[in-house]
Amino acid sequence: MTLKRKTMLGLLVLFLTAILSACGNSSNEGAASNDGSATVSVSGSTSVGPLAEKIAEKFKEKSNVKVEINQIGSSAGITNAINGVSEIGMSSRDLKEEEKASGLVETIIAYDGIVVVTHPSNKVKNLTMDQVKAIFTGEVTNWKELGGADMEIVVVSREDGSGSRDAFQEIVGYSSGELVRSAIIASGNGNIKTTVATNKHAVGFISFEYIDSSISTVDINGVEATANNVLQQEYSLSRPFLFVHKEDQITDAGKQFIDYILSPDGQAIVGETGAIPIK
Amino acid sequence: MPRQTVEIKKSNKRKYMLEKLSSRLFQFCALLSVISLLLIVGFVFYKGSLPFLVDGYSFFDFLFGVDWVPSEEKFGILPMIVASIYATIGALVIGVPIGLFTAIFLAEIAPKRAAKLISPAVQLLAGIPSVLYGVFGLALIVPFLQNQLNLVKGQSLIAVILVLAIMMLPTIVTVAETAIRAVPKTYREGSLALGASEIETIFKVVVPSAKSGIMAAIVLGLGRAIGETMAVILVAGNSLILPTSLTDSVRPLTTNIALEMGYAFGTHQEMLFATGIVLFSFILILNFVLAKISAKGGK
Repeated sequence: MTLKRKTMLGLLVLFLTAILSACGNSSNEGAASNDGSATVSVSGSTSVGPLAEKIAEKFKEKSNVKVEINQIGSSAGITNAINGVSEIGMSSRDLKEEEKASGLVETIIAYDGIVVVTHPSNKVKNLTMDQVKAIFTGEVTNWKELGGADMEIVVVSREDGSGSRDAFQEIVGYSSGELVRSAIIASGNGNIKTTVATNKHAVGFISFEYIDSSISTVDINGVEATANNVLQQEYSLSRPFLFVHKEDQITDAGKQFIDYILSPDGQAIVGETGAIPIK
Repeated sequence: MPRQTVEIKKSNKRKYMLEKLSSRLFQFCALLSVISLLLIVGFVFYKGSLPFLVDGYSFFDFLFGVDWVPSEEKFGILPMIVASIYATIGALVIGVPIGLFTAIFLAEIAPKRAAKLISPAVQLLAGIPSVLYGVFGLALIVPFLQNQLNLVKGQSLIAVILVLAIMMLPTIVTVAETAIRAVPKTYREGSLALGASEIETIFKVVVPSAKSGIMAAIVLGLGRAIGETMAVILVAGNSLILPTSLTDSVRPLTTNIALEMGYAFGTHQEMLFATGIVLFSFILILNFVLAKISAKGGK
């Protein structure tokens, strides 16, 4: 009997420690490496993440500094940078006013273009920003109103919380609540592309790096979606990839990492991943 | 002599130690699943109840709200609850008759050779990873529906229902088949001796006798359908509307969690856990029903 009780007690203790450690983990994630020795903690956008991972790999070979990257979304990354949970935050959208007010230093490390895509058979090849807004908010529901064939428009969007969706909505000028309710929600750029490529009614938006012949791209205000037009600031559906940090929290290793990304070597990797180098 | 005794004692001691140790190990393993259950349930309920207990969101608005706009702090999951229920009922309507007839065919009618071919095929169907059902649905069922029914988009409630109906087949067939096979041979012989035909015997004698097993099969299939995520996410369209027709694209509870968990944090994430609580409650109710059915069957 006593033996049984002891076992139960042991299990209870095990159970409680498991719970406690599980609870503890979430709060100090990323901070564990903040001792400043040779680890840089970076967190934020899932759009910037893959790019940062690649550069971090090369950076480690060069300087033997380990960069820990957590892809948790732009807003969470910016918050982490403000609170000092992460040394550097990654963002795929511009900072909001209240975020700027907290004294963050922003570094643009690359640009990304977003392109409106349709089925290759769609005759609509140019849209104004207002038309894009009208489509995604459900004001315009038939392609013939935009100079296309007489068929219904099927809107495809990313899920709420996605950085690409945030950026797209912010630039085009509508909120999540205004998005047409019947919109198909696809997770990820690839999924949107497949959905649009297989449905002649569909319209969606994807990152530049996902463009291929299975879908047709749409010009905005007569400007084609190219990297050059983004750099010339003529193509308006673009967003910066930002690194944000606080001056009093960044270590030398962290500074070196930012410098490396801005160097010709770092920018070459940016180009390889499909984002647009800043130069 | 004494030396030998000591050695025997020693080896016995080791034996007892090993005995005790292994029984303790088995005990631990047995408790592990209980611990996992408690941990998962505890964590989901803890996280999911935070918005209502701490942040003051109304649980009623959560259950019966029709707007889900996390970035604007609107969390209503009624469209998803309705979508989940519709999809499950629809899948039952298609899947249960097919599954039941398959089970009857395998257990009662099919020649041994045919049964030997079909049975493994059905079981293999259960082993296909669910994401492949989704890909199959997206590549074949969605375009098929779009073309045949002349829809603007094939991602719809009916696509979800079709995929789920196929997915629940193996569960229904295997459990129902076992139940039918368990009906004593004397029942059939008695019925046939009284002059009933084979089909009459099946539907008037065998199936009613296997009723509780068949009900269990249906409930298990239902559980499979309501919890399915990966296959559904690809064919549902995930739109945030209250479904009013079979061709509307829908977002069931499971896909809402899977779709948004990757980016969610703070209240949004906790609301997804709350969605999990609702889903879990459905499964819990199903399990109670199942337990009731099996208890009845045992009488």
